[in-house]
Amino acid sequence: MATATQTQTVDLAARFPGMVSADTRPGYTGFIVNKDNLIEVATAVRDEFGFDLMTAVTGVDYIAENKMEVVYHAFKTTGGAGLVFKVQVERVDPIEVPSLINIWPGVDFQEREAWDLYGIKFTGHPDLRRILMWEGFEGHPLRKDWKEPFYEEDVKPYKSRWPEGNHTYAEEKNPYRDNLNFPEGFDPEKFTVDKEEDLYLSLERDTAKDVDGSMKTEHIVVNMGPHHPSTHGVLRVAVTLDGETIIGLKPVMGYLHRNHDKIGERNTYLQIIPYTDRLDYFNSMSNNFGYVTTIEKLMKIQVAERAEYIRVIMAELSRVQNHLIFIGMLMNDLGTMYTPSLYAFEERELVLDIFEAVSGTRMMCNYFRFGGVVRDIPDYVLQKIKDLVFERLPAKTDEMERFLNENEVLVARLKGIHVLNAEDAIKYSVTGPVLRATGVPYDLRRADPYSIYDRFDFDVAVRHNGDMMDNYLIRFDEIRQSLRILEQALKQIPQGPINSQKAAYQVRVPAGEAYGRIESPKGELGFYVVSNGKPNPYRYHVRPASFVNLTAVESMCKGSKIADFVALLAMLDIVMGELDR
Amino acid sequence: MYGKGILKGLSVTWKRFWDTYTEDISWMLRGKKRYNTEEGIRHRSSKDTKGIFTVQYPEEQLIVPEEFRYVPFLVYDEGADGKKEVRCTSCGICAKVCPPQCIWIVRTNDPVTNRPVPVPTDFYIDMDICMNCGFCAEYCPFDAIKMDHDFAIASYERNVYNLNKLLKPASYYAGIRPENYAREEEARKAKEAAKAAKAEAAAATS
Amino acid sequence: MDNEKLSLPNYNIPQDIENVVAITTLDRLYNWGRRSSVWPLMFGLACCAIEMIAAQTARYDMARFGMEVMRPTPRQADMMLVSGTVTKKMLPSIIRLYNQMPEPKYVVAMGACASSGGPFKEGYNVVAGIDKFLPVDVYIPGCPPTPQALIAGMIKLQEKIDKESISKVRWYNKEKFDGNYVPMPLLGPDLIDVRRNTEIRDIAAKKTTQESA
Repeated sequence: MATATQTQTVDLAARFPGMVSADTRPGYTGFIVNKDNLIEVATAVRDEFGFDLMTAVTGVDYIAENKMEVVYHAFKTTGGAGLVFKVQVERVDPIEVPSLINIWPGVDFQEREAWDLYGIKFTGHPDLRRILMWEGFEGHPLRKDWKEPFYEEDVKPYKSRWPEGNHTYAEEKNPYRDNLNFPEGFDPEKFTVDKEEDLYLSLERDTAKDVDGSMKTEHIVVNMGPHHPSTHGVLRVAVTLDGETIIGLKPVMGYLHRNHDKIGERNTYLQIIPYTDRLDYFNSMSNNFGYVTTIEKLMKIQVAERAEYIRVIMAELSRVQNHLIFIGMLMNDLGTMYTPSLYAFEERELVLDIFEAVSGTRMMCNYFRFGGVVRDIPDYVLQKIKDLVFERLPAKTDEMERFLNENEVLVARLKGIHVLNAEDAIKYSVTGPVLRATGVPYDLRRADPYSIYDRFDFDVAVRHNGDMMDNYLIRFDEIRQSLRILEQALKQIPQGPINSQKAAYQVRVPAGEAYGRIESPKGELGFYVVSNGKPNPYRYHVRPASFVNLTAVESMCKGSKIADFVALLAMLDIVMGELDR
Repeated sequence: MYGKGILKGLSVTWKRFWDTYTEDISWMLRGKKRYNTEEGIRHRSSKDTKGIFTVQYPEEQLIVPEEFRYVPFLVYDEGADGKKEVRCTSCGICAKVCPPQCIWIVRTNDPVTNRPVPVPTDFYIDMDICMNCGFCAEYCPFDAIKMDHDFAIASYERNVYNLNKLLKPASYYAGIRPENYAREEEARKAKEAAKAAKAEAAAATS
Repeated sequence: MDNEKLSLPNYNIPQDIENVVAITTLDRLYNWGRRSSVWPLMFGLACCAIEMIAAQTARYDMARFGMEVMRPTPRQADMMLVSGTVTKKMLPSIIRLYNQMPEPKYVVAMGACASSGGPFKEGYNVVAGIDKFLPVDVYIPGCPPTPQALIAGMIKLQEKIDKESISKVRWYNKEKFDGNYVPMPLLGPDLIDVRRNTEIRDIAAKKTTQESA
C-alpha cells in the first residue's frame, strides 16, 4: 500500500510560536491555531508554504470538552501531503471564527454548511446564509445535543429491535407522528412564511450593475428548479437575467439533504458503507473506496493484494461508465435529446451487469469491506470484464467520438464557452476533470497516490483551454487512461485472499482522526472521520466533489447566456446525492 | 465542409439501425431464435451485442447473476412430516447489523423456565425501509436469512413482512443460488462431521 | 393480447359475423386507452431517478407501455413517479406539482425512500413517506428498484387502472369531487402540515407545560 499518510512536512508551530501549537491528542495530526491569528497563519500557509488548494472545511462538536472545532485541510496542487490546522472555540453562542473566504474563496459553501449544521459564525463571510436547510429551521442539527424527531438512541444498533422487536412504526412514538419537531409553544397559525429575502438580497448585491449596450432593459429574477429537467436532480438556481444574459446567480441547494453526516455518526463503521453508496449514486464503487481507505488509515491495516486490484478495477470501471453518462447527459442538455445518452446507457448497462454479478446490485454495490472486498470475482465475470475492456469499450469510445466530436452544433455550443482559468479553478477549490481541463495536472492517483495506483503506467489527462469543449474532450481522455489502467490491472491481478481481515460485523477503530481522499470521477472525494474508540464514529464528514466544484459556478456564468448555463451544470458533472448528502 | 460532422454522426446512428436487421437475419439464417430464448438474451447482454438491445420485460427477463440481491427472506428446511424447520435462531445479529434498522425480532421464551428458545416468535422486516445492502445475509451465522431474486413485489399497500410472509423453503434458495447453497451445505456437513469426530474422540478418551 | 382483453364481455357473437364485429364495454375501451398512455412527470429526486432513466433507455424501454413521454410540465402528466427521497425542503414543490396535475392522476412511490423514508427515515430533513401527503397508488420496494422492478410496478398500476369504471371514477363525479387538492405545507421551524395546525399547536403547548412542570 502506498503511504497515503505521509508525515507532516511543515512545522507551523515553529514558524508561529505562541500562535500555533501542535495537536498532541493521540491519533490526531496537524496544528491548533489561535482564533485571533487565524487569518495571519492561513495567509502564510497559502503564500509562504504554498498550500494553494483548500479542500475541506468542517466543524466538530466536542461537547464533553465544551469546545467547537473547525478543521481545515489544505493541499498543494503540485501534490504531496496536506496540512491540517484547526481552530478551537468555546462552545457558547455566538460561536465565532474568522472566515477564510478572502484567502481561499473555495471555502464559501463549506463555511456556510458549517454555519448551517453547527452554528459556527464565520465573521467576514459576506453571505452567511443557511445552505442545506431552509432559513428559519430550528437549531443546528449536527450539534451533539440536537435531537431529531425520530431519535431513538445515540448509536445503532437500537435496543428495541431485538429480542422484543414487536413491530412499531417510528411514527407512533413521535408526538407529531411525521418526523416533525416543533419548539415549545409554537403556534402555526401565527407563523409567517419566510419569503427568502436574504437570498434575493444577496442575489441583488452580487448582480453585475453595468451591462453594456445602450438599450435599457429590465432585469428579471428567475428561479430555475428545484423541479427542472436540466438541473440534474433537485438543484435550484436563482438567476437575475438581463434579456438572456445572466448577470447574477445563486445556487440554492439542500433539496436532497438526507442527513448523511448525522446518520453516519449513529451508524457503526460497517453500517456506513451502504450509505456511502447513495452519495454519488453513479459511482457507488468509488464512494466505497474512499470511505474504506479512510477507515483503513485509522485502523492501520493492510489490504489484501488481490483485493487492491479488484478495487482498482471496480473504481476504474465506474469512472468509465460515469464519464460515458456524463457525455450522454451533456448532449441531452445541449438539446440532442436521447440518442447519445441512449448509446451511453447501453455501455453503462454492460458495466452494471458486471457490478451486479460481483456485488449483487447494479447501483448500490456495497462491495468494499475494511481490508478487502466482500467476495471474489468469479472467473466468468473476470472474462466479461476483459471482453469489455479489451474489445468493446475502446471501440465504443471511438465510435462515440466519431459520432459527436465534429458535430458542428456541438462545437458551436462548446468551444470557447465558459472558460475557467487555472488560477480561478484553484482559488475556488475545483478538483477533478474540471480542474484538469484548465491545465492543472492534479490527479490524486498521481498527486497523492492511494491504494496501488503508483504501480500503473498511465498519464494524467490534461487539457489547456478550460472551456466547455476541453471539459468534454477530457472525459474521453480519462476514459482512455482508465482503460489503460484496467488493462494493466487485469493482466497483473494475482490470486490470493480477498480480505486481510476476518469478516466481522463490529470493527475496532482506534481513537484518532483521519482524512482520506480519492479521485472520484467527479473530483476529490474526501472523508473526514474522528473516532473515539467506540463502535461508531464520533464525527463523520464527507467532502463531496460536486458541492465544492459548484462554488465556481457563480463567477463562471456571469455574462453568458442562460442556455449555456444549462450546459455548464452538465459540465460540472454535479450529482445531487453527493452535493446535498 | 459544413455539415460533415453531422453526417458522420448520422452514419453512426444509421449503422446501429442497420445492425438490428442484419443481426436478425443472421440469427434467422443460422436457425436460431434471437428473442424469448436464453441464448438470445445472453447474447444481447454480452460484448457482442449489436443493434437491438431491448429485453422485453414481462415477456422475457434479464438473466440475473447468482449474487443478485433484492429483499431478504428467511429460509426454512422442510422436515420429514412437512413441518417447517425455521433455520433462524433469533440470535439478533441481522437486526444489529442492519444499517437502517428495519429488522424486528421477537425471541421466544420458554413458558416454563422463561429462558430463551432458539426460535423466533415473530420476525418483521419493513421492506419499505430495507436498503437491499445484504448485510443480514452476509453476517448470518446460520444461513437463515438470504437475499431474494424476486423483484416484482410492488403492491398497493405498505410492505411490512412478517415471519409467515418471509419464510421460503430451502429448495427455493437452492434454486436461485445453487453455488452458494452447495458451498454452504458442504461447510455445514464438514462442520457436523468434525463435531461428530470430536464427540467420538471425547467418548474414546473418557 | 390486448384484443382478447378488450373484446367479448360475456356476449356471444353469432359465428357468421365473428370476424366483422367486435364488442367491448365502454369501461374496457376507456381503461385500455388510459393504461396505454400513462405519461409520467419528468421528475427525478434521487438515486431512484437514475434507475427510472435507465428504465426509459434501450434495454428496458418503457415506451413499450406508452410511458416514454416524460413530461416536464405537470399539466400534461398523468402519473407522478416519486423517484427518491422526499425531503422536507423539497416537499412544498412536490405538492405544488401534484396539485397542478390534471385528473386522472396517479402517484407511484418508487423505492424505499418515497414509500416510507427508507434508510434515511430517521433524518431530520426527510419526510417519512410521500403517502403522508399524497394518495399513493403503487408502492415499489427496493433501494433502488431495478428497472425491471419498476416496470413490474407500472404493470401493477395498469392493473389498477383496468379495474376502474368510467361511471365511478372520481374525476367525473361532480358532486363529491374536490379535485384531490392537497394544501401546501409550509417551511417553518419544521415542516408545517397546515391540515394539522390545531394538533401541532396543542402538542406544542402541552410540551411547554410538561417541561415547566
